[in-house]
Amino acid sequence: MSQGFTIPKFQLPGFIARIGEKLPQWPHAVALTTALNAAAKLGVLPEDSLAQLDGKTFVVQVYDTGGQAAFTYRGGLFRPLFRPAGAPDLAFRANLSAFLQVAARQEDPDTLFFNRELSIEGDTELGLIVKNMLDAIDPSQFRPTLPRLPLNLPFSRR
Amino acid sequence: MATLVTLRILSRPFAMDRSALPDLVCPAGSLPALKAAVDNGADAVYLGYKNDTNARNFAGLNFDAKTMADGVRYAHGKGCEVLMAINTFPQPGRVADWRAAVDGAVDLGVDAIILADVGLLDYARSRHPQQRLHLSVQGSATSYEAINFAHREFDVRRAVLPRVLTLAQVEHVIRNTPVEIEVFGFGSLCVMNEGRCWLSSYATGESPNTVGACSPAKYVKWDKKPGQMDTRLNGVLIDRFADDEPAGYPTLCKGRFEVQGETYYALEEPTSLNVLEILPDIIKIGVKAIKVEGRQRSPAYVTQVTRTLRAALDSLVNAGERYHVKPTWQAELAKVSEGNQATLGAYNRPWR
Repeated sequence: MSQGFTIPKFQLPGFIARIGEKLPQWPHAVALTTALNAAAKLGVLPEDSLAQLDGKTFVVQVYDTGGQAAFTYRGGLFRPLFRPAGAPDLAFRANLSAFLQVAARQEDPDTLFFNRELSIEGDTELGLIVKNMLDAIDPSQFRPTLPRLPLNLPFSRR
Repeated sequence: MATLVTLRILSRPFAMDRSALPDLVCPAGSLPALKAAVDNGADAVYLGYKNDTNARNFAGLNFDAKTMADGVRYAHGKGCEVLMAINTFPQPGRVADWRAAVDGAVDLGVDAIILADVGLLDYARSRHPQQRLHLSVQGSATSYEAINFAHREFDVRRAVLPRVLTLAQVEHVIRNTPVEIEVFGFGSLCVMNEGRCWLSSYATGESPNTVGACSPAKYVKWDKKPGQMDTRLNGVLIDRFADDEPAGYPTLCKGRFEVQGETYYALEEPTSLNVLEILPDIIKIGVKAIKVEGRQRSPAYVTQVTRTLRAALDSLVNAGERYHVKPTWQAELAKVSEGNQATLGAYNRPWR
């Protein structure tokens, strides 16, 4: 985690959520599943954990932006759910600052959960699999993979 | 009596050089957590396989063969020891799984294997005579007689003490054994009947000794309703929280129950152990290693706790008698504490 910059706990003004709720929600799901599929393709998500997600439905809701993403994992791909039916198998709900703190590895999701800043509802074991899968992502694994892309151009061959 | 002993400990002259500091032993439930521990000043990390041979067998946690090898290489590359926890009890018909885990740990070149089961200690000692062995807290050895037995029979070099002894009792153990003593310094507390606790089995049929997990997640249900959240373990109501009340993981020992018309934490309150205040005393009595609980927690937790305890230990070298607990350390640890309250656990209890 970064030593120099810390993400403070904050809550966006209420009107943002009121507007956000009225906007279409599918772009969030498309963006999130695209990112998750990219991560899976890079091989940073453990395959044994991914297999346990098959057929499960998820919701990620950001309270203070009014945004919500519903998606599923099926046949090796994360897919957006445009018309989610019924309660998801697992739902993560929190304000934006909590999600950012978790993403930056600044705060422990357990801490936020126990302090009631992060809500996890549904299948507890599935929640644990997802939490541990995200914890197991090693940022240093990204580095050797990403710069390789332009090197595949013919003129860069040594 | 306990006060007298504490005073005696405190009145001794106190000089500290770096080599006298106990090892800081930190938890690693994943490769990023291991790296966080190593990078923030752990002297040793402890970890386990992705199966029921260790007492933190939670879904998605721990190491497979590849991450294990990567982890050992990373830690050793930075001068940090790796301790492998194989601290559950072999189940009927499956002894071979636990023995294979021991053999695997030796092949990986870990610095020590942490074992609880007497049969497995015997196997490890006879099959791998050169391998350093530690007695796990799950081995439930609270007296120097028990520890000396493990030393005599299996050449155990270090024992992790269950969190039930006062500081004076820990000192008494240390004075009567050649075995190095490791104590817990930070982390969630429970009823602490380590290695002998069957409360989880009472509700679910599964416990740390049998499946490697207390209150396995598949039995846990967070039931959110307007204004309250119920937590249940295999259908048994463990606790009920108002919307703004800090919640805890529903282990049976930390639930609120109705006893004779009163509802309260009848067995144990959700708290965290925090020894910052008595760190000089722990060192003076000759503790060899201080362990941080929490392999199930995230890399962020490992970073925060390791960094803080490292700073506190290092400050002892320079500050000596002038050691004082910095408010920023307490704030950092309070944030990640379960139940948002920290105690000295059994270390300063009046009972003996």
